[in-house]
Amino acid sequence: MQTATQIPTDVSFLEYRKYKGIFNWILSTDHKRIGLMYLYSMMTLFFVGVALGLAMKLELIAPGKTIMDAQDYNAVFTVHGVIMIFMIVIPGLPAVFGNFLLPIMIGAKDVAFPKLNLLSWYIYILGALLVIASVLFGNGTPDTGWTFYAPYSFKSGTNLLPAIFGAFVLGFSSILTGLNFIVTIHRMRAPGMTWLKMPLFPWSLYGTAWIQLLATPVVGITLLLIILERVFGIGVFDPALGGDPILYQHLFWIYSHPAVYVMILPAMGAISEIIPTFTQKHIFGYKAIIGSTLAIAFVGYFVWGHHMFTSGMSGTAQYTFSILTFLVAIPSAIKVFNWISTMYKGSISLQTPFYWAASFIFIFMIGGLSGLVLGALATDIYVHDTAFVVAHFHFIVFGGVGFSFFGAIHYWFPKIWGRMYDTKWANTGWLVFSIGFLALYSPMFYLGMQGMPRRYYDYLEEFHAANILSTLGSWVMTFGLVIIVINLVRSAKHGPKAEMNPWNGKTLEWTVPSPPPVENFEEIPVYGEKDGPYEY
Amino acid sequence: MSNEKHHIVPYRTYIFVLLALIVLTFISIAITHIELADYTVAGALILASVKTFLVLTFFMHLKFDKPYMRIMVGFVLAVFLAVIIITFLDYYYR
Ligand SMILES: [Cu+2]
Repeated sequence: MQTATQIPTDVSFLEYRKYKGIFNWILSTDHKRIGLMYLYSMMTLFFVGVALGLAMKLELIAPGKTIMDAQDYNAVFTVHGVIMIFMIVIPGLPAVFGNFLLPIMIGAKDVAFPKLNLLSWYIYILGALLVIASVLFGNGTPDTGWTFYAPYSFKSGTNLLPAIFGAFVLGFSSILTGLNFIVTIHRMRAPGMTWLKMPLFPWSLYGTAWIQLLATPVVGITLLLIILERVFGIGVFDPALGGDPILYQHLFWIYSHPAVYVMILPAMGAISEIIPTFTQKHIFGYKAIIGSTLAIAFVGYFVWGHHMFTSGMSGTAQYTFSILTFLVAIPSAIKVFNWISTMYKGSISLQTPFYWAASFIFIFMIGGLSGLVLGALATDIYVHDTAFVVAHFHFIVFGGVGFSFFGAIHYWFPKIWGRMYDTKWANTGWLVFSIGFLALYSPMFYLGMQGMPRRYYDYLEEFHAANILSTLGSWVMTFGLVIIVINLVRSAKHGPKAEMNPWNGKTLEWTVPSPPPVENFEEIPVYGEKDGPYEY
Repeated sequence: MSNEKHHIVPYRTYIFVLLALIVLTFISIAITHIELADYTVAGALILASVKTFLVLTFFMHLKFDKPYMRIMVGFVLAVFLAVIIITFLDYYYR
């Protein structure tokens, strides 16, 4: 081990410079730098996604054409969806916080395959560039929606090929990250850290990694089939050539439903770390949370058909998928009850990460319970393809993942940058953001129940008032977002120096300096009989 | 890991497996000339499964790995099978 002796243990990973300038980042195989590279690239793309979202909401402030026509609106919601789903929420927590924290939390110096890890980031960037290319070049921006449904995806005259291929490439990044994490967790846990002593965030990454590894290839092949269909007209999905468009929906959702758990499981994992720290209490039902993580990951493979209740699937398939979908509610509820039981009689300290975690539970409950309306066959037919669905999945995907992501970044901020943010501004940002979020998405539940369809740039006069509220909400939420981001960016440079363990957390990342040295630990920690991740 | 025993597989085994794979490939081409009607797909899938089994067992060293590796692969195959069965709940009853 020659390299180990060359790398200093008293220099933080941010100060350690092996190359010149930017090469310290783009050639680094340090899991922490790679995590931050994902964070910075995702934040950049996120602002594009937010801008497109704002444009859609502005269009919907009044009936009729406001700022764009129907074709532009189709393009905007497609690109918004592709960016937000494939580039932000799916890789989100695993690529950023998983990369940064997984090795530290299990007491390892890096992930199992550091070079593969860097390659995953390059693949991610390549995929993102391909999608951007489909917007900038060719005849028209993709307009099929992020799902690339057949027959739109082979009938549309727009520049779809690079976008579909980009989504395919992004999938590879996800598969390789999942593979890396599985091997890391199996082989590189600190001595004495048995499976049932591993913290819950790594556990959630483990469940997630299996989904990334097993489900992503399905969408990869499906997207390739769409490309072949478009280029050669082979007729897998085109009914005119003897194909079956419903088959596309099956194949697409076999991946894309489990992908929802790629997003939400690590989000739940981060919440399971924040809550014990800010209640200074052992997590309630540690094993039950692990069990529910694995149960969600497992059952999540078999519920994809709930996206297809109205597409002409057989009745047998419909009620099978409905029952299986309802099963997912059980492990999800187990987690919620355990988080709440952890708070019970704990010494709760009301700090920014805890606010995010507590509001996560609230938002996630609304998202989850509205999911039952969509999982039930009869009610789904009523609200299918309405604004109700848009509200539901924004509560889950943006509410669930977003709130957890912001909770996580405020929780691990002092560890990552070694500095503290301004708490007052952070709390203000949270409050403004939450109010805006609720104002933006809650009216859509109402609109959907009233029958306003999704993906239309126009609507009837009777939907006007609720749409105005929703658009105002989008402005408030963006304002909150700006407060949060400015506060964090400023503090990462100029904030007061943070201690090693500002929150009195008990997991291993709080035993190393802030920010951590290049190889995390001077000596690999050894877990004793009585050690555990939440021993308060 | 260096402290674990490495199993060294003789070249002979690899060559036998390679030959078996080549022969199976030719068989899967050959049977397309026979009129099997509904069983054409089944035949192709069975041959492909045998080839997969050989690759996993020998080339990917499952035979010489710890049992939990085999359990994980078996689990993956079970998930795959379940996905296929559930998909056919639609096609079969449509
Ligand atoms: Cu789903």
